[in-house]
Amino acid sequence: MAAAPAASLEDLTRGLWRENPVLVQMLGLCPTLAVTNSVANGIAMGVATLFVLLGSNVLVASLRTVIPKEVRITSYILIIATFVTTADFTLEALVPRIHAALGPFVALIVVNCIILGRAEAFASRVSVRRAALDAIGMGTGFTMVLLMMSGVREVLGSGTLLGMALFGGRFEPWVIMVLPPGGFLTLGIFLLLLAWRAERRQRVQEA
Amino acid sequence: MGDLAWILISALLVNNFVLTLFLGLCPFFGVTSRVSTAVRLGLANLFVLLLTALCAWFLNRFVLGEAPYLRLIAFIVVIASLVQIVEMAIKKWSPVLFRQLGIYLPLITTNCAILGLAIFQTNRGYGFWQGMAFAVGAGLGLTLALVLMASIRERLDVADVPAVARGTGIVLIIAACLSLAFMGFAGLGSSL
Amino acid sequence: MTTAHAHPSPAASAPGSGTPSWRLLTILSLSGALAGGLIVSAYRATLPPIEAHRAARVEAAIREVLKLPARWDTLYLDRGALTKRLPDGANPKAVERVFLGFDSNGNPVGAAITAGRPGFADIINLIFGLDPTSGTLLGMKVLTSKETPGLGDKIYRDSGFVRQFRGAVAPLKGVKDVSGRSQSEVAVITGATISSRTVIRIINEATARWQPLLQAYRAKATP
Repeated sequence: MAAAPAASLEDLTRGLWRENPVLVQMLGLCPTLAVTNSVANGIAMGVATLFVLLGSNVLVASLRTVIPKEVRITSYILIIATFVTTADFTLEALVPRIHAALGPFVALIVVNCIILGRAEAFASRVSVRRAALDAIGMGTGFTMVLLMMSGVREVLGSGTLLGMALFGGRFEPWVIMVLPPGGFLTLGIFLLLLAWRAERRQRVQEA
Repeated sequence: MGDLAWILISALLVNNFVLTLFLGLCPFFGVTSRVSTAVRLGLANLFVLLLTALCAWFLNRFVLGEAPYLRLIAFIVVIASLVQIVEMAIKKWSPVLFRQLGIYLPLITTNCAILGLAIFQTNRGYGFWQGMAFAVGAGLGLTLALVLMASIRERLDVADVPAVARGTGIVLIIAACLSLAFMGFAGLGSSL
Repeated sequence: MTTAHAHPSPAASAPGSGTPSWRLLTILSLSGALAGGLIVSAYRATLPPIEAHRAARVEAAIREVLKLPARWDTLYLDRGALTKRLPDGANPKAVERVFLGFDSNGNPVGAAITAGRPGFADIINLIFGLDPTSGTLLGMKVLTSKETPGLGDKIYRDSGFVRQFRGAVAPLKGVKDVSGRSQSEVAVITGATISSRTVIRIINEATARWQPLLQAYRAKATP
C-alpha cells in the first residue's frame, strides 16, 4: 500500500519531462509545429488536447473490462472523436477567433498519436485514477512544450506576446519564425539543447 | 481545368502537405531512413488519400448534409476502416510489401495527412474532381517530401554529424531547410 | 515511435476464439449510438453562442463596409431574383443573400455582398459594399484568410491596401503602380500578388453577379 502514493506521483510527473510526449516520445508533432505561431493558439490547443486526453483516458480505463480486445482500437477512436467534437464546439462557442486561427487542427486532435498511444499503452491496463493522473501529466507536458515553442516563435516572429507588442516600432520581426521553416527550426534547436545537456551530464558523471 | 491544375500543384509544391501544412509528420520523421521504404509508404499513403477523398466527397454530398456535426466521427471511422481494408488487401496480394511496411501500415490511420485532407476538402467545398486532384497532389507531395528526406538521411549515415544533433535533431534542421526551399515555389501557378 | 501500437486485425482472428462477432457488433453499435448522442447534445448546447458569434460578426462587417447604415434589409436569392422574403421550403442556411443598407432618411446607401474564392493558402472570404447604380465600392473587409503571415496577410493588415477599395469603381484592375488616371485601378501588394489579385477577382466576380440582380430589384421596387 505504501507504493500507491509513490506510483501516483510517478504517473503524474512522468509525462511532464522524463517521458514528455513531444520531446522524448516524438508524438503529436503535427499540432506542435502547426499551432505554435502564437502563444494564444498554443495555450488553446494545449488545453483542448488535455481535455480530450483526460476524458479519453478516464473513459478507456473505466471501460477496459467491457471493451473486447478485437475492437478496442475502433472503440478508442470513437471515444476520442466524441471528445474532440465536443472540444471543437466548445472552443468555437467560447473563443471563436482562436478557434478560427487553429482551423482544422482542433479536429486533428483525434489523430494525435499521444491520445491513442496513451489509451492503448496505459489507460487500457490500469485503474481510472492512474489513467487520469497520467492524462494530466502527459497533457500538461504537451502544453508546456507548446508554450515554449510558441513563446519563442511569437516573440521572435511577430514581436508580440499574447498579442501585446513587446518591442518598440523599430523591431523588425523575424517573420520566418512564424512560418513553417521556423517551426521545424525551433523544435530542432530545442532537441539539440536537450541532447547537449544530456551529453554534458553524462560526461560529468563519467568524469 | 486551370482550377484542377492549381489544386494539384498547390498541394504538391506550393502548400506541400508535409513541409508547409505540417500534416503527415509521423512518417516523415519515422520512416525516412531508406529511400525504398519511403517511396513505398508514400505511394501507400497516396492510395489511401485517393480513397479518402472519394469517401469524403460521398459522405459530404449524400450523407452528412443534415448532420454536419457527425462529420469528424464519420470521417475517422471511414478512414480507420479503409486502412484496415487496404492492409488486408496488401497482406493478401503482396506479402513482401506487407512485411516491408510492417507497423507503418496501420499507422496510416493516425497520419494527420489523411484526416487533414478530408477536413480541408470539406472546408473548401471541393467537388468530386477537385477532391481527386487534391488527393493526387497531396499524395505526391507527401511522397516527394518523404523521398527527399530519405535520400538526405541515407547520406547523413556516412556523414560526420555532431553527436548532439544525431537522431531527430538534425532531421528537424534539415526539414527546416527543405521547408525554406519549398517556400521558393510561392509564385508558381499564379497565371493559372 | 516508441509506443508500440499493436493494431489488431479483427477479420484475421480465427472464428471461435475471443469474443463472438454478434457481441462485437452490439458493443460497437452501442458505442457508436452513444457517441452520436453525446455529439448531438454538445452540438445543441453550443449552437446558440456559436450562432450569436456568427451573427455579430456579420453585423459588424456590414456596418463597417456600408459606413454605418441606419438599418438594412436581407435580400435572398430566389429563382434568379432578389426578394425580401425567404423562399418557401428553402434551407435558411443554404440560401444566398445580400444586405441592402439604408440611411436614416430611408435612402438606400448600397449593398453588402459576401464572396470568397481560393487564394494562395486557403479560401479568402470577404465582404464589400457596393453602390449598384454606379458600381462604386464603399469599402472592403476580409472575413477569413489563411494567407502567409508577413506577406499575404497584408490584404487585411495593410490599411493602405484596404482603404483604396473605398471609392474604387468595379470592375477593378490590379496594377503595380496606380497612375491615377482611372478610378478602377487598385495597387497590388508587392510580395503578395496572388493574395491581392484574389481579392480583386473576388470583388469583380461578385459585382458582375450581383449588380444586375440588385438593379433589377431596385427597378421592381420603384414603380
